[in-house]
Amino acid sequence: MTFTDVWKQHDFAAVAASIARRTTADVRRALGKRGRGLTLDDLAALLSPAAAPFLEEMAALSHRLTVERFGRTMQLYAPMYLTNVCANICSYCGFSAQNRIPRKALNPAEIATEADALAAHGFEHVLLVTGESSRYGTAYLEAALRQLRTRFASLSVEVQPLDQADYEQLVAAGLSSVLVYQETYDAATYPKHHLKGPKSDIVYRLDTPDRLGRAGVKKIGLGALYGLSDWRAEAWFVGLHLDYLERTYWRSRYSLSFPRLRPHEGGEIDVTPFGERDLVQAVCAFRLFSQEVELSLSTRESPRFRDHAFRLGFTSMSAGSKTNPGGYAADDESLEQFAISDERSPAAVAAFLRAQGYEPVWKDWDASYDGWGGVGPHGPSYR
Amino acid sequence: MNTTTHPLVIAGVELRSRLFLGTGKYSSGAVMAESLAASGAELVTMALRRVRTDGAADDIVDHLDTGRYRLLPNTSGVRDAREAILAAELAREALDTNWLKLEIHPDPKYLMPDPLETLAATKELVKRGFVVLPYCHADPVLCKQLEEAGAAAVMPLAAPIGTNLGLEARAFLEIIIDQARVPVVIDAGLGAPSHAAAALEMGADAVLVNTAIAAAADPVAMGAAFKLAVEAGRLGYESGLAARSTKSEAVATSPLTAFLSSM
Repeated sequence: MTFTDVWKQHDFAAVAASIARRTTADVRRALGKRGRGLTLDDLAALLSPAAAPFLEEMAALSHRLTVERFGRTMQLYAPMYLTNVCANICSYCGFSAQNRIPRKALNPAEIATEADALAAHGFEHVLLVTGESSRYGTAYLEAALRQLRTRFASLSVEVQPLDQADYEQLVAAGLSSVLVYQETYDAATYPKHHLKGPKSDIVYRLDTPDRLGRAGVKKIGLGALYGLSDWRAEAWFVGLHLDYLERTYWRSRYSLSFPRLRPHEGGEIDVTPFGERDLVQAVCAFRLFSQEVELSLSTRESPRFRDHAFRLGFTSMSAGSKTNPGGYAADDESLEQFAISDERSPAAVAAFLRAQGYEPVWKDWDASYDGWGGVGPHGPSYR
Repeated sequence: MNTTTHPLVIAGVELRSRLFLGTGKYSSGAVMAESLAASGAELVTMALRRVRTDGAADDIVDHLDTGRYRLLPNTSGVRDAREAILAAELAREALDTNWLKLEIHPDPKYLMPDPLETLAATKELVKRGFVVLPYCHADPVLCKQLEEAGAAAVMPLAAPIGTNLGLEARAFLEIIIDQARVPVVIDAGLGAPSHAAAALEMGADAVLVNTAIAAAADPVAMGAAFKLAVEAGRLGYESGLAARSTKSEAVATSPLTAFLSSM
């Protein structure tokens, strides 16, 4: 059994309609559990229009539960884009294969330069990002992981879905976690946006977290690209996926991200509404649904939004992100995947957090947890 | 109004009653049979060590209408996995069922289940084709490991066996129920009908009771009381409990979401 079997039991449109019917009483019942033992039905209530008048109460509860579990801390990480080469044609993405943009893949020397730039900012948690191509596949990622493994405390990847054996190979090379977003759980919408390339196979993508769990990946990041379809149903399916994975691969940790569609190279598409108020509702609903799940706040959001919303349930945020390969060392934005909104430096974001009584956490993992020598001022420790 | 609750399914078998009963500590086989009938139980456990395996008359099994009850032999008294497997094979043959309540307690004083031996025995018994219901501590990680090993249900304890203390392990049982993909049967330590009702209300799939009924002043009436309690608890759970409070989250003087209105 995989998640696809679970997913097939729920029709997207029917879920959306069911969420729309939730009542004030349903919301009160979910809130009354005060974050303990919420069901997927409770999640539906908290994601529904009926919960909108309770947003302040949800925010207060979400804040309290997050502080109880994680303290007043915020983990900081940075993406490192290794390549924008991609075989997929996706309606919403700047890397889409039909976009006539310069393509680039970092070589080891360029990776080292980017690593220097990120380390100089203080980053210890680095997320390696690629498009999808067979040329820059498992072997390329493995080499990058081995090159960087003793340099940073945590190495995550956000790359194309791979087979279980590939993930096992990357885990052996020191991989800490994997982010893979479904983009949309709506079977009717998915093919409209994933027009060509390996990504057009929805089932292979749906079952990717299963393969991650089986490969023993220690942290798995889920999400939808909000704006492609009805956000409430999309979020509920993320919850369904999370619930399934937590029960099945219970040794892994999970994180959720909330990317919203942003302007990019390659034209306009129809975006369904998912406003900042909706984003806050989704984040708080997930915190009430799961006290353990890590929630990530994107640099796609505005500084003003980030400055207020960070305390409402989030546990990690990127800062000073560059979304083009080589972007930290060079000053060229022409190859970027999407435009970021919060352009502040990592140091400025960290200073803001401290001023708010939060501790910016740069290191919350260690290479030794991934079977490698520890990272520290004296270099790799003895194994 | 629909007051019919969902049936419980274990290993493909549908059980209407969520109250499982033990057969020990009764004053007589006749009182046991009458108590079982009053309780409405369908699944009944008996210690293999109490069952005559030589075909001779048996003061427990002979009082059980096997058309009415499904037998759940248990391995109470074994001290390790090796002994449990021997006992299980014997029980399968003697009672003609592959269902097994796995109990391993090397400690004869408090009868605490041994997690390591229980996990090892579960793996082996599943391989041998048993439907294994392991009795264990209210240990969420252990319950997941037993589930992965192929257990058909998990049977965490509410309190030390025979103590009638009730849901002492509540905080851990809540986690087990939250995480489980197999039925959770709360076993051991439930001393009163209200304990059983509370267990079902919090989402346990069933409870197993022995001492509280067998050692009651009137075991037959107590069997009936537990029947009502389990039904009430389950119906309450399925009905969706009303919110405990809607006001306890103090609204801050500068609301957390005000920034959304001023953007």
